[in-house]
Amino acid sequence: MSTMDNTLPDAEALFAELKAQMASSIAFDAKLVGVFSGGAWLADRLKAELDGEHEVGYIDVSFYRDDLSTSGLKSNVRSTQIPFSVEGAHIVIVDDVLFTGRSIRAAVNTLFDYGRPASVQLAVLVDRGGRELPIAADYVGMPLIVATDLMLALSKNDGGKFALTTEPWKAR
Amino acid sequence: MLSKKNLQLNDNGDLHHLLAIEGLPKRIIERILDTAESFVGINEREVKVVPLLRGKSIFNIFFENSTRTRTTFEIAAKRLSADVVSLDVQRSSTNKGETILDTIANLTAMHADMFVVRHSESGAPYLIAQHAAPHVHVVNAGDGRHEHPTQGLLDVFTIRRYKKDFTRLTVAIVGDVLHSRVARSQIHALTTLGVPEVRVIGPRTLLPADIERLGVRVFTSLEEGLKGVDVVTMLRLQNERMTGALLPSASEYFSRYGLTPQKLALAKPDAIVLHPGPMNRGVEIDSAVADGSQSVILPQVTYGIAIRMAVMAILAGATR
Repeated sequence: MSTMDNTLPDAEALFAELKAQMASSIAFDAKLVGVFSGGAWLADRLKAELDGEHEVGYIDVSFYRDDLSTSGLKSNVRSTQIPFSVEGAHIVIVDDVLFTGRSIRAAVNTLFDYGRPASVQLAVLVDRGGRELPIAADYVGMPLIVATDLMLALSKNDGGKFALTTEPWKAR
Repeated sequence: MLSKKNLQLNDNGDLHHLLAIEGLPKRIIERILDTAESFVGINEREVKVVPLLRGKSIFNIFFENSTRTRTTFEIAAKRLSADVVSLDVQRSSTNKGETILDTIANLTAMHADMFVVRHSESGAPYLIAQHAAPHVHVVNAGDGRHEHPTQGLLDVFTIRRYKKDFTRLTVAIVGDVLHSRVARSQIHALTTLGVPEVRVIGPRTLLPADIERLGVRVFTSLEEGLKGVDVVTMLRLQNERMTGALLPSASEYFSRYGLTPQKLALAKPDAIVLHPGPMNRGVEIDSAVADGSQSVILPQVTYGIAIRMAVMAILAGATR
């Protein structure tokens, strides 16, 4: 699907699709690790709505990024919280948008500094292509083509409903 | 180019050097504190290292001794994966006649990315920052009587962790304010963050004549000054001050300005006690207070690492 007509798909519908894919495949005790901030919201919703016992953690990838020299440190770094043992766990990293793959590379590296998981999978709401690393998602709400000069991100309204938004890339 | 007005900030308004708290905008102080909050978690896990500053070279240049400050900067740099070299310049080339700027030029030729500088002369880190190559960052680790910005930052970070809201606090700083760069940095940090009442308490001989100019209330009686405060910062009484005419004796100082449990009881019941270290037990602080339940002196040391990691990470990411 393309966004030539400037309409973005309904994020709630994509979430339902993503949840259905995961429900039939992930381990009953798989840990969900959301990448701030969109992935963290998704992980919380998935925990609430999926069957099984899914503990949730959150990762801010800022300290593991590869672009400090060009982009600087993000101004609102959040605290990574992994409140369970990563050692031997089945983990699903959850993010809103998969693009270059660099954030996911950083998230995997972050995770491994907490222990050696049994397996790591990736769930994303949207795969917008444009990969610069050999990374692929296991669960995808929808593949979507977006103009390269636009940043695609998830937002959440006061009622907790998801929506996709685009905006020009910020310098930082 | 760095503007003359504030050598610390680049044209984007980002922190390029950390030389003093004075003149630092509130948003920058808050950004450092918020970033440090994330590093606290890193320091509590089993693998205490992140790869953020891989390949960067940081030189700790201490023209004046300080084991603790140098060690915490070293640990902070290592936990960011930087390569760190500590030079005790007192025992090195300057004794052979080399100037500070020649020392810096030589280390820059070794591809230094950051200098952490401690010097007994106020303003020495400014001199280095003015002449540093554009890609190089300078951190003041204490210069003369002027400032010790990372200490001021870790003090307010500790206060924020225990007291949350700066805008309702009364903070007392007790002791040798005259010679204290720690006091100056903390006063600037507290007032910038909106603390409504900062008090300085000490004998007249150890208070700067124009200290009110910084927006503080002055007390010469410890009992009066401690009434109702939320935070007490005890300053180290440097032994060398005792030999001059400034003070009669350590025991007399302790009887008038030493913090004992009885005097601390005049502060709010949940008041916390800070001390930048190293402590002189029985001179400015009683052991019962230093080791008591209201003391946050050791947490200060722990948070000092997170603060220095935050400062170095933010500086290393600042570009022209």
